[in-house]
Amino acid sequence: MSSPMVLAEKVHKSFGALEVLKGIDLAVQPGEVCCLLGPSGSGKSTFLRCINHLEKVDAGRLSVDGQLVGYRQQGDRLYELREHEVAAARSEIGMVFQRFNLFPHMTALANVVEAPIRVRRVPKAEAVERGRALLARVGLSDKVDAYPAQLSGGQQQRVAIARALAMQPKLMLFDEPTSALDPELVGEVLDVMRGLAADGMTMVVVTHEMGFARDVADTVVFMDGGVVVESGRPQHVLDDPQHERTRAFLGKVL
Amino acid sequence: MTAAPPERLVAVPVRHWGRWLSAVVAIGLFGLFVHALSGADVKWSTTWQFFTFDTIVKGAGRTLLISVLAQALGIVIGVVVAVMRSSGNPVTAAIGWLYVWFFRGTPVLLQLLVWFNLAFLFQTLSFPGLGSAQTSDVMTPFVAALLGLGINEGAYMAEIVRAGLTSVDEGQTEAAQALGMRRGLLLRRIVLPQAMRVIVPPTGNEFINMLKTSALASIVQYGELLLAAQAIYTNNLQIMELLFAAALWYLILTSVFSIGQFYLERRFARGASRNLPPTPLQRLHRSLRSARREMPR
Repeated sequence: MSSPMVLAEKVHKSFGALEVLKGIDLAVQPGEVCCLLGPSGSGKSTFLRCINHLEKVDAGRLSVDGQLVGYRQQGDRLYELREHEVAAARSEIGMVFQRFNLFPHMTALANVVEAPIRVRRVPKAEAVERGRALLARVGLSDKVDAYPAQLSGGQQQRVAIARALAMQPKLMLFDEPTSALDPELVGEVLDVMRGLAADGMTMVVVTHEMGFARDVADTVVFMDGGVVVESGRPQHVLDDPQHERTRAFLGKVL
Repeated sequence: MTAAPPERLVAVPVRHWGRWLSAVVAIGLFGLFVHALSGADVKWSTTWQFFTFDTIVKGAGRTLLISVLAQALGIVIGVVVAVMRSSGNPVTAAIGWLYVWFFRGTPVLLQLLVWFNLAFLFQTLSFPGLGSAQTSDVMTPFVAALLGLGINEGAYMAEIVRAGLTSVDEGQTEAAQALGMRRGLLLRRIVLPQAMRVIVPPTGNEFINMLKTSALASIVQYGELLLAAQAIYTNNLQIMELLFAAALWYLILTSVFSIGQFYLERRFARGASRNLPPTPLQRLHRSLRSARREMPR
């Protein structure tokens, strides 16, 4: 078996006195789709943000593709990574946010090609060609020149996915990608994510979409109170939960 | 079966009697003002004559020049200081704070005089790698005015830029970081362009202020508009006529740049709002149209 894409061992994270993550253990294999479920405040978004170092881990080990996140180990000592090292690591991890966070002063295409051109130094013509192809892939060929304010929420989120894919990431993180959308726009975003999963992308998805988790996830992780309560195949966790807390949560959302 | 579209509503528009009344009052007051001026002891022909007089026109040119340069210097300093203050580095943050504290805390007139009289502090100025020079040779009225106005302006611009930077949603920074952008790139490409919408309107105000504040440079003998007017009226004693000629130039300069500011703001509102505000011509057109509709028939 290959080494995991994401490996967390006893990951802790506190905001001041509030301990949000209380020892998370988790492994995500390459090509796997892992859905994080749980009530709000359970720490799933915080954990996701730790994976690309938007939040610093306080204790424990967290690595992506064999590399520690945010640190370098030499002998017994850990050294904090410099800004350019952190940035380089992040550029290989795509992230999609709940609130889309598209750059409002740029067109859809400019949003997609910005990082490849400025961070990866891809020649402009090549980046634009790939950007158009990506926008076509998420079904937005006709919105290339639209500004984010002119797009619906679902369209904005699809542009955001194309923007993340433009960096050709080895891992994609989704932080409640459909929570800010009107119910009828959720489907179009989930369809794009289904396509990605089918193409073999490694994905960690924080979501409340149980249907998506059941159909697409290889592993479902149920978190509560900063710990992993249980994890496993979706049919096990969703249909035959072993823990009372999981049962209570699923009873409310299903 | 298709229903016929409902009949279009025909209603008498609300009558705005207050608007008509206020117009009458305003015209009356304006008439009184013109009447008072006509009796004043001013030779308008002299004002007109000096309005296009060579010294005055050149003075207006210098006012424009020093304002543009000092404002440009202020913007550059303002961006640098704002970035210093919002950086994680406590040393640069403290330096930025001290800068703002000092230059915002002392009168610009005083600062102009200090620059102009710098020779009393240092006889010579040495520039590493460029040699040295007599301070009195370097600190010409132009240089003193530029440094005094520009460095003072930098302190105000720093606060304006900082307000702009903090107005940009944090999600923008996170999204840019998640794409692997570093701080410099992120500021330049993502945060600053969005901060511009907040920065541009007060900067326009600052520049229009600068056009007028530059009159203070007359104290260090920089030959801008006010000094030019003073130089003439100390000779011919037509004080009011020359002050009015200068005032006219100031009004022209500030008006031109107020118009420029409007279009600049429109440009930076792109992407932030779906509908741009109407241009003055569009607004005039609209209000004429609505006035016609309101006209009692």
